[in-house]
Amino acid sequence: MAEFSLPANSVVKQGKLFAASEGVTNIKRFIVYRYDPASGENPYIDTYEVDMDNCGPMVLDGLLKIKDAMDSTLSLRRSCREGICGSCSMNIDGRNTLACTQSIAEIKGDVKVYPLPHQPVVKDLVSDLTNFYAQYASVEPWMKTDSATPPDRERLQSKQDREKLDGLYECILCACCSTACPSYWWNSDRFLGPAALLNAYRWIVDSRDEAAGERLDDLEDPFKLYRCHTIMNCTDSCPKGLNPAQAIAATKKLLVQRKL
Amino acid sequence: MTPHSKQPLSPHLQIYRLPLSAILSITHRATGVILALGAMILVLILSTAANSPETYATIHQQLDTWYGQIFLLGLTFSLYLHFCNGIRHLFWDVGLGFDLDTVDKSAKLAIFVSIVFTVATWWVATRMAG
Repeated sequence: MAEFSLPANSVVKQGKLFAASEGVTNIKRFIVYRYDPASGENPYIDTYEVDMDNCGPMVLDGLLKIKDAMDSTLSLRRSCREGICGSCSMNIDGRNTLACTQSIAEIKGDVKVYPLPHQPVVKDLVSDLTNFYAQYASVEPWMKTDSATPPDRERLQSKQDREKLDGLYECILCACCSTACPSYWWNSDRFLGPAALLNAYRWIVDSRDEAAGERLDDLEDPFKLYRCHTIMNCTDSCPKGLNPAQAIAATKKLLVQRKL
Repeated sequence: MTPHSKQPLSPHLQIYRLPLSAILSITHRATGVILALGAMILVLILSTAANSPETYATIHQQLDTWYGQIFLLGLTFSLYLHFCNGIRHLFWDVGLGFDLDTVDKSAKLAIFVSIVFTVATWWVATRMAG
């Protein structure tokens, strides 16, 4: 049964205000979720007044500014700072996205930053994605074949067949979609979630893969696939502009079609 | 997943700004529940009518009150919204209407049509009641 409220140890308390230094006029307030596993205390919200005259344009720039100049204890994941690695996925202004590609100027009012929703928190903005990665591994995201590989060349694919992978192979596994999905919030122990399902479909439609039947057998389950109710939060939040909901619908359609 | 005993769970419903389509999704479920209740009340109305004019008069009296009227208005709107949104789901089931722009437009269309149909139904109903 879905649990709509937070457990007692997860209720968010009020934290500190890190005020801007004197003379700073161009201020943007960052409201940031904090959790320190060493303290044993509940998570709390800290407020940082960031000097926008000395800060880059993206939310990640703001967070790194806070870490460098105001509070070095803030923890977050980041790497490429250009939307290709998927490390800095988090909930910004009530929506999951990458901090590095979300501009601060687009956000009206304070910049509210939380870790990815409904996940165990390791520290501050770092959530534990063990389950998410295990679900990705469970769809066996690699090419499976029975036929022998041609001795003199790689397995070829027509241009048209290759185009079927567009909008699927670009997934960077940032987990924005899955952790935006209410069905995933209530059933992440059994529902695979949009990211894993999009990747399952990526291999189902690959003309070189020879295990589409087994892959579909594996997904034909009331929970793994059919907990998707087309809420569309996945597609709405994908920072790469992909459409997991459509891939899931296409998978459901293939399951019906093979019975006809 | 079950978090480590000490790890807190990050906020979800408390902080997520649900897009229109997500709000319509939960409303679809809620209107489904209302329709199930409405179906039971319809059976109640029919069975009282089949029983005797006096028993029908008691239920009619209840439906004529302000709360009875609000319930019937809500039921009418629920019926149309569930119907219109159900058509969106039929399109999705055959793989159509998935780009975000279409999703948003079809959501607004479903709400608009439901309001128009509800008003039209009540206009006709009140005219017939004279």
